[in-house]
Amino acid sequence: MIFKKRSLSAKKSWLGFYFILPFIFGFLFFFLYPFIQSIVFSMSRLVINPDGYSLAFVRWENYRKALLVHPDFLRVFLTTISNILADVPLIIFFSIFAALLLNQRFKGRLLVRTIFFLPVIMGAGIILALERTDFMTELLQTGQDLPGGFLSGSSLKAFLLQLKLPELGLKYILNIVDKVPIIIRASGIQILIFLAGLKAIPSSLYEASKVEGATGWEDFWFITLPLISPLIVTNIVYTVIDSFTAGSNDLVKLIRDTAFGGAGYGVSTAMANLYFFTIALLLAITVVISARWVFYQED
Amino acid sequence: MLKLFKSIKVYKMQALGLGLLRWVLIGGICYIIIFPVLSKLSSSFMTIPDIFDKTVMWIPRNLTLDNYRFAFAEMEYPQAFINTLVLTLTISIFQLLACTLIGYGFGRFNFWGKQLFFALVIFTLIVPPQMIMIPLYLNFKNFNPLGLLPGGGINLLGSFWPFILTALSGTGLRNGLFIYIMRQFFKGMSRSLEEAAYVDGAGPLRTFFQIMLPGATPALIIVFLFSFVWQWNDYFFTNIFMGSGSQLLPIMLNDLIYQIDPSLRTTAYASIINNTGSLLFMAPLLLLYAVLQRYFVESIERTGLVG
Repeated sequence: MIFKKRSLSAKKSWLGFYFILPFIFGFLFFFLYPFIQSIVFSMSRLVINPDGYSLAFVRWENYRKALLVHPDFLRVFLTTISNILADVPLIIFFSIFAALLLNQRFKGRLLVRTIFFLPVIMGAGIILALERTDFMTELLQTGQDLPGGFLSGSSLKAFLLQLKLPELGLKYILNIVDKVPIIIRASGIQILIFLAGLKAIPSSLYEASKVEGATGWEDFWFITLPLISPLIVTNIVYTVIDSFTAGSNDLVKLIRDTAFGGAGYGVSTAMANLYFFTIALLLAITVVISARWVFYQED
Repeated sequence: MLKLFKSIKVYKMQALGLGLLRWVLIGGICYIIIFPVLSKLSSSFMTIPDIFDKTVMWIPRNLTLDNYRFAFAEMEYPQAFINTLVLTLTISIFQLLACTLIGYGFGRFNFWGKQLFFALVIFTLIVPPQMIMIPLYLNFKNFNPLGLLPGGGINLLGSFWPFILTALSGTGLRNGLFIYIMRQFFKGMSRSLEEAAYVDGAGPLRTFFQIMLPGATPALIIVFLFSFVWQWNDYFFTNIFMGSGSQLLPIMLNDLIYQIDPSLRTTAYASIINNTGSLLFMAPLLLLYAVLQRYFVESIERTGLVG
C-alpha cells in the first residue's frame, strides 16, 4: 500500500510542471526579456522609428543625466525613499494594533471589519492619485476655520504647541499626526494578513499561560508577538512593494512623465532601475536583519 | 465573600472601561476611513458658493445634481462603464484561471526546480512595473516573440491582447500575489480526497476541476475580488496598453477636469467635479464589495493566507 502511494505521487509529481508552464512562458516573454531590455535601454540612447527602435550604447550617460542633470529627480528620489522608510514602521505598528482590536469578540464586529477593509477597495490606483492633489479633502482635513474639526490636525497641533515640548520631538509627533489618515488607509491588506495570523495561533497556548497566571501583557510579548513575527517580515516586504508601486507616488509619476514627453526613454529607464535596485537593497537588508529575531515554529 | 464581590465589581468596571476605550478607538478609525467617502458625497451635491460658505460643513445649502449631470455626460459613463466592465471581467477571469492553475502546480506537486520557479514568482512581485514599462510598451507595439511571426511584428497596443497575454501567463498586475495566495491554500488542503480521485483513475485536470476547485472557493473569491478591484482601479497599465484616448473609466476620470470650460475651471469647481467623478467611478466597486464582503471577510480567515 505504501509502495503504491509513493509510486503514484512520484508518477504525478512532474505533472506540476505542466501546471506552471504558462508562468514560465509569461516570465520569459513578459518579464525576463523586458527586464534585461530595461537594463540595456538604461545604458543606451533609444530612438523610436516606424519599424521598431534603434539603440546606441552610451554607457552610464543616462544615469549621469538622471542624477546630476535632471532638476527634480534626485530630490524626489530621496524624499520618496525616506517617506517609505518612515511610513513602514508606522503601518506595521498600526496594523498589528488594528488586527489585535479586530480579533476580539464584540458586537458589530462584522460591520467594523467591513469598514476596516474598505481602503483595500478605495485606496488603490487612480482614486488615491487624484485624492493626493484634491483641494476639498485638503480644506476639510486641515480644517482651519471649520467648526467641529476637533479630530483634524490643526486643533491638536495648537494643543501640543502649548505644551512647550522639545521642538524636534514635537515636529516628529506632529508629522505622525498628519500622516494618521494615510497610514490607516495604507494598512488594509496588512491588517488582513496579521488577522489571519492571529487566527492561526492555537488557543491552547493561551489557555496554558492562563493556568500559569500570565497577564494579557505577557501573553502578547511571549506568545502573540513571536508567533506572528514571520508575518511582520511578510508585511514589511508587502508594504514596501505596495508603496513604491502606488499611483500616488511622486517618483512613479516623474518616471512616467520622463518617458512620455520628458527627457526620453533612456533616462526614464535609468531612473526606474535606480529606484528598483535601491528598493531591492533595502528589502534585502530588512530580510537579513529580521531573520535574526524572527521566530519560526518548529513543526 | 465580600472581597470576592469587590473583585468582581472591579473586574466589571475594568471591562466596561476597556470596552469604552475600544469603541472610541474603533469609532475614530472608522471615521478616518469613511471620511473621504463622506466628504466626496457631500461636496458632490454642492455649488461653488457652498464650498466657501463657512456655515456649510456637510449639508449643502443649495442642493444640486448638476455636478452629476456634468460628470456623467463628460465621462460618457454608460459606454465607458460597459467597456471597463468587459475589460475588467475578462482580465480578472483569465487571471483567476491562470493563477489558480499555477498556484495548484506549486502547492500540490513536487517537481524539479520548484523552489527556483517559485522564487521567480516572488521576483515578479518585487520588481516595480515602472522598470519594465517601456520595454513592454515597445514589445507590444511591435509584437514578434523570437521573431517567429512572418512579415515583422504586429501592433497589439489599443487592443485587449497585452492584458490577456499577461493575464493568461500569470504575469499581470500583482499576479505573483495571487499565485502565492492560491499556493498557500492548496498546500493546506487534505491529500486524501485527491489521492482517492487518482486511484479511481481521474486525470490531473479532472481531479483539479472536480475535486480541488470546489473546495477552494474562499481563496477563489479573494483572488477574484482583488484582481477585479485592482484592474478596475488601474490607470498605469491601462494608459500604457490602451492609450490615453480610449473610452475607459480610469482614463475618463483622469481627464475629467480638463473637460471643464477653462473660464469656469477654478480649483474649487475642479475639485467638486473630481469628487463627483470619483464617486461614479467607485460606485460599482462599492456595490460589489457590499455583495461580497461577507464572503470576503470570512474567507480571509480560512484561506490560510499566512501558511
